[in-house]
Amino acid sequence: MDLLKFVTAGSVDDGKSTLIGRLLYDTKTIFEDTLEQVKMSSERRGDGHTNLALVTDGLRAEREQGITIDVAYRYFATPKRKFILADTPGHIQYTRNMVTGASNADLAIVMIDARHGVIEQTKRHSFIVSLLGIKHVVVAINKMDLVDFKEEVFEQIKSDYLSFTSKISIPDLRFVPMSALDGDNVVDRSTKMEWYQGPTLLYILENVQVSNDHNFVDSRFPVQYVVRPMSNEHHDFRGYAGRVAGGVFKPGDEVTVLPSGFGTKVKAIHTFDGEIEEAFPPMSVTITLEDEIDISRGDMIAKPNNKPVSSQDVDLMLCWLGERPLIPGGKYMVMHANNDARCMIKEVVYKMDINTLHRVEDDKSIRMNDIGRVRIRTTKPLHGDIYSKNRFTGSLILVEEGTNNTVAAGIII
Amino acid sequence: MSYRLSHLKQLEAESIYVIREVAAQFENPVLLFSGGKDSIVVLHLARKAFYPAKLPFPIMHVDTGHNFEETIKFRDTLVEKLGVKLIVASVQDSIDQGKVVEETGVNASRNGLQSVTLMDAIEHYKFDCALGGARRDEEKARAKERFFSHRDEFGQWDPKNQRPELWSIFNGKKNFGEHFRAFPISNWTELDVWQYINEEKLDIPEIYFAHERDVIKRNGVFLADTPFVTKAEGEQTEKRMVRFRTIGDATCTGAWESEAATIEEIVEEISVTRLAERASRADDKRSESAMEDRKKQGYF
Repeated sequence: MDLLKFVTAGSVDDGKSTLIGRLLYDTKTIFEDTLEQVKMSSERRGDGHTNLALVTDGLRAEREQGITIDVAYRYFATPKRKFILADTPGHIQYTRNMVTGASNADLAIVMIDARHGVIEQTKRHSFIVSLLGIKHVVVAINKMDLVDFKEEVFEQIKSDYLSFTSKISIPDLRFVPMSALDGDNVVDRSTKMEWYQGPTLLYILENVQVSNDHNFVDSRFPVQYVVRPMSNEHHDFRGYAGRVAGGVFKPGDEVTVLPSGFGTKVKAIHTFDGEIEEAFPPMSVTITLEDEIDISRGDMIAKPNNKPVSSQDVDLMLCWLGERPLIPGGKYMVMHANNDARCMIKEVVYKMDINTLHRVEDDKSIRMNDIGRVRIRTTKPLHGDIYSKNRFTGSLILVEEGTNNTVAAGIII
Repeated sequence: MSYRLSHLKQLEAESIYVIREVAAQFENPVLLFSGGKDSIVVLHLARKAFYPAKLPFPIMHVDTGHNFEETIKFRDTLVEKLGVKLIVASVQDSIDQGKVVEETGVNASRNGLQSVTLMDAIEHYKFDCALGGARRDEEKARAKERFFSHRDEFGQWDPKNQRPELWSIFNGKKNFGEHFRAFPISNWTELDVWQYINEEKLDIPEIYFAHERDVIKRNGVFLADTPFVTKAEGEQTEKRMVRFRTIGDATCTGAWESEAATIEEIVEEISVTRLAERASRADDKRSESAMEDRKKQGYF
């Protein structure tokens, strides 16, 4: 069985939590005792119906305010697939959690309230989704019951959305009209929207092809940890542990190690369950090499004719997550592909206006939830790829010195 | 191209990555081991992560003193077989030192006291990261956890102010006196754990399998009749065919009526059950926010 990681995004009160509650309920994932607890809470709150949104709101403050504050992860399965879903908050001040949830997703559901259509948050979330390289997007036009299930409303929102997204890249885009509250077109086909001939949401989730989304071409192995048993049995063993970030590695392969640039061959690929003949993403393995070379955490093993870009000057699209704004010329710690360095913000090239997707060049202040193009200079070279080519080697975070908070998500362009 | 991993292999690869990241980023980590199925899986994954080297950190059992005998026997056998270093942090010691006061009454449990013992042990041994087997599917507050979860100098979790965790970049940077909790099997479900135990042929304590046992029914939960449980007036002991779905402090871990006697039968049972794993945990039934409140105080 395979695994689909997906994220839900939308603004406050689009019915995101309700949709998730519905997915879990209709796939029989909500346990009876959990449902019992939700029923009791709904009654106590005077909701008048079993409020499925309460299934996902895990924190006391969330239940009190009726909003989602933090990413909540949910797990469910159908006979076809296992699913991990990141339910992310809609409030603007929690957009950083949306970025968090989206960073590991293969597919995104963008929720739209049929009464309100495409709004600023829809655009912001869609832009983030495309920036984070999510290839599959389902636009869920929810609360169709409140617009009398009218096809014109659906078509209007669809066309508004398409005119907005023509400027961003989403290779696989679909639209589903639904009512999460009643379950129309979530798991079961709606009887109230005969005009819609497309699949239900669950059908899309079960059938979308994501297995080819990994990069199997450009071989990248960031060294995460050096394994040295120093036991009698494995006296001279020196293995490089890590997760294959791209391509395929086999014993005998010629490789180049960065930053030293030394060439050698893969001797063997070890796992607890024995040596294996090939390693590919996202496997965690330990590689031994033919020659003794000085290699440590943060180094990158690649192929001689296909290496990542090693540079101290890195161009990024930066999504600012920190409470304090970006300081031009400021110094931050940078974490990239198991490598740590420090960096200085050399230049803010422009800020994105999320609504128009225009570049703003006269106001370059980058605050929480802003996205901008930034150039950094690092203390040592990063061995990276363009994000659209490799999500693992193309991403980094900035960490604020002093507080150690993660303040920015960076995408190498 | 057909380079595909099964969902269990994907989860395994992710967990091994997290465990290696802990070993790389922290100076003095520890693996929390209760003898329950989740910590058995984490320990197994940790062995895989560093093979052929040994575990680069010790394991620690926070012992409430209210154990099921079978779990302790299992723990000691496993530790001996694997040659790992075991530290036992005892709740009884915390009580004897007057750091905590034991609850009294029929619902008394040492489960909550564990947090104090755990925090003391972390301070005493100067551990900077504690690896544990908590899963996000277990409980709604746990669904909000990060893989790398920051704790302040009081060991507190601040759920409204968690560090964003992007891609597979884990920020384990901290100030002096703070520590981290790391949860390598965050993305596993109960069923994944059982399927994995089955696939990897892991040993587990006998009490996970169906057996006949003296139990007391309280608030819809079957509690094992052990010397640690105080019977309320009118409560009767009865014999039932049960097994345990979770193993914790004997005073709050409910038994589960079951006939499942093999791992295959447990996998079968879990895949069709309509009741949550922690439904039999009396500690979670105390209030809707019971888990969140305990976690804020340093509970696992």
